[in-house]
Amino acid sequence: MVSGKGGTGKTTVAAALALALAREGRRTLLVEVEGRQGIAQLFGTEALPYEERKIAVAAGGGEVYALAIDAEQALLDYLQMFYKLGSAGRALKKLGAIDFATTIAPGLRDVLLTGKACEAVRRKDRSGRYVYDHVVMDAPPTGRITRFLNVNDEVAGLARIGPIHNQAQAVMKVLKSPETAVHFVTLLEEMPVQETADGIAELARAGLPVGRVVVNMVRPHHLDDEALRAAGELRGDVAHALSRAGLGGPAERLVEPLLEQAAEHASRVALEREQRRVLARMDVSAYELPLLGTGVDLAGLYELAAELRKQADEE
Amino acid sequence: MDMPPELVVDRLLDDPGTRIIVCCGAGGVGKTTTAAALGLRAAERGRKVVVLTIDPARRLAQSMGIDSLDNTPRKVAGVAGGGELHAMMLDMKRTFDEIVESHADGERAAAILANPFYQSLSAGFAGTQEYMAMEKLGQLRARDDWDLIVVDTPPSRSALDFLDAPKRLGSFLDGKFIRVLMAPAKVGGRAGMKFLNVGMSLMTGTLNKLMGASLLGDVQTFVAAMDTMFGGFRTRADATFRLLQAPGTAFLVVAAPEPDALREAAYFVERLGAERMPLAGLVLNRVHGSGAAQLSAERALAAAENLEEGGIVDQEAGKAALGAPAAHSPAGGGAPESEGAEAGADADAAEGADVEGITAGLLRLHAERMQLIAREQRTRNRFTSLHPEVAVTEVAALPGDVHDLAGLRAIGERLAAGVPAGA
Repeated sequence: MVSGKGGTGKTTVAAALALALAREGRRTLLVEVEGRQGIAQLFGTEALPYEERKIAVAAGGGEVYALAIDAEQALLDYLQMFYKLGSAGRALKKLGAIDFATTIAPGLRDVLLTGKACEAVRRKDRSGRYVYDHVVMDAPPTGRITRFLNVNDEVAGLARIGPIHNQAQAVMKVLKSPETAVHFVTLLEEMPVQETADGIAELARAGLPVGRVVVNMVRPHHLDDEALRAAGELRGDVAHALSRAGLGGPAERLVEPLLEQAAEHASRVALEREQRRVLARMDVSAYELPLLGTGVDLAGLYELAAELRKQADEE
Repeated sequence: MDMPPELVVDRLLDDPGTRIIVCCGAGGVGKTTTAAALGLRAAERGRKVVVLTIDPARRLAQSMGIDSLDNTPRKVAGVAGGGELHAMMLDMKRTFDEIVESHADGERAAAILANPFYQSLSAGFAGTQEYMAMEKLGQLRARDDWDLIVVDTPPSRSALDFLDAPKRLGSFLDGKFIRVLMAPAKVGGRAGMKFLNVGMSLMTGTLNKLMGASLLGDVQTFVAAMDTMFGGFRTRADATFRLLQAPGTAFLVVAAPEPDALREAAYFVERLGAERMPLAGLVLNRVHGSGAAQLSAERALAAAENLEEGGIVDQEAGKAALGAPAAHSPAGGGAPESEGAEAGADADAAEGADVEGITAGLLRLHAERMQLIAREQRTRNRFTSLHPEVAVTEVAALPGDVHDLAGLRAIGERLAAGVPAGA
């Protein structure tokens, strides 16, 4: 499960993780549950249907499949699978029951989404091997993740007997097992880090397995405080160096704006350092992914996957 | 590319006809902060304002001097100028409970509030938060205590949920399914409904099988108890929707100059148009600029390389450049050799400074900044070519988060193109 505050690059990290896990001929399934078609955007394919499709081949021959889970389709699927309710399913739809179930009924929607993912986790082929070695979910954001994963407990409490109860219990068993890990994507900024801390605490309270923190979009540091202080006092020399470097005429006028940018950089570096300290106190190990200068494209995804792989192997 | 029209925030805030401002946009673009900054600015320009936040970060609540915002508007202290700022945070369970309490008599209300199905529904599953946000907005507007209501929208899984949820809930409550759950006999009364009747017994059986009798029982009890309120729900959902379309309402789409955020923003603009909701413009947060924009990234990089390789440096400086650490290492710029004393700079700070390395670092930083600006510009151009009519205001990126009213005020100034609130 990959969660994170909005804007931290949760979908990108989930996709990179799916690629990284698909090493040595393994097969992963990348699952999307929020109907935003983020995976399709990222891989540059057309909108994903409610169907498992191969979208990428990983280094070493592994495969990544993708699935955009649609709650309504998942419910009809489920009815068909367990109750052979083809036509009754359609009747239910006509009456607005499916709408009810997937949008309004407490948590049923989330039960269906997690249920479908768990089905993929447990699915085996004829020879008894798991169809997918790993299932990676681009999960709801940090603020909703615990409720999303815990919904099965809630529903199992509401529906005290019957198949929904059993289904919810079975899903909860998978989610709370050591086979599941919930990773949080964050930036080195105050609010995402704070939300990560809150999310981890909430998850732990609910007895759900906390995985790693992935610090995303880490930017290189060019100048430290000391260098910056020195630069401020060496304005004349800096101007000199600029013109020696071939920036001739306007060199004088460049000094102030460049120093100003450097000061902004330095205060950001200081803020990032503070956020690193906060993260270190969380006692959860972290991976770091660099900011890709040109934005995330397919090549960038492979780069991030390799980076994750490298950091995992180093452990 | 033509520049989009400019969104003049102060005109919007000062116009007594503006009664509601709705801030919408993707998660993580600074929506809540924008709403709070707009509220503060309007208050400091003399209006009586309430800001309805949905899920503010603790820091943001603290920045308004209110550690724990709750479901009642609280006056924010320290607001300058003649107006007033009140702030509140949506408590969806409390809001839902209030609706029940105000629409059902004591005994019935108690039965609903105790129903397990109701408790889950109201504690916030899909759609409830969106519905309650709109409900709260309707309530605030009906009280007419404020000149201006600024409302933040929930961090929905899809940006459009807050527009859809009230309608969905309304249509469900009006729908056949409810009637089936409540009173199968009523629907089956007419001859033409026979088919439905068959479907229904099949369905009740199915539901029982699926949900377990206890849950179905809870749902039926809930629905029966809510019976008298359904008409009210529908009416309110419709009224809120109309309120959003009314001339006193202005939508601001909030985004950052990133592909995902602007893609969501474009969806929003299209959707608001389709629903005839009044769009005031786009707030583009975290935009970067440079005071040295005349120096391109390419030239800056080339110059940095010159300095690092000592290629074009003169004799004297060349020595210092040798062995300078790579400027992109986090500790860059700490070369042991001293140079630059010629400028007569402060010896303490300049001691050990490597002017070449430092200058190269400044140039690399600048190149990065220029690349970022170019990337942001491309992303924005894509939006502008899709929606050239949408007015835009830019908010320059701040290095850190907002912690107090002064921070919100600074953002307000940036929203209004640098004009102080009192001006």
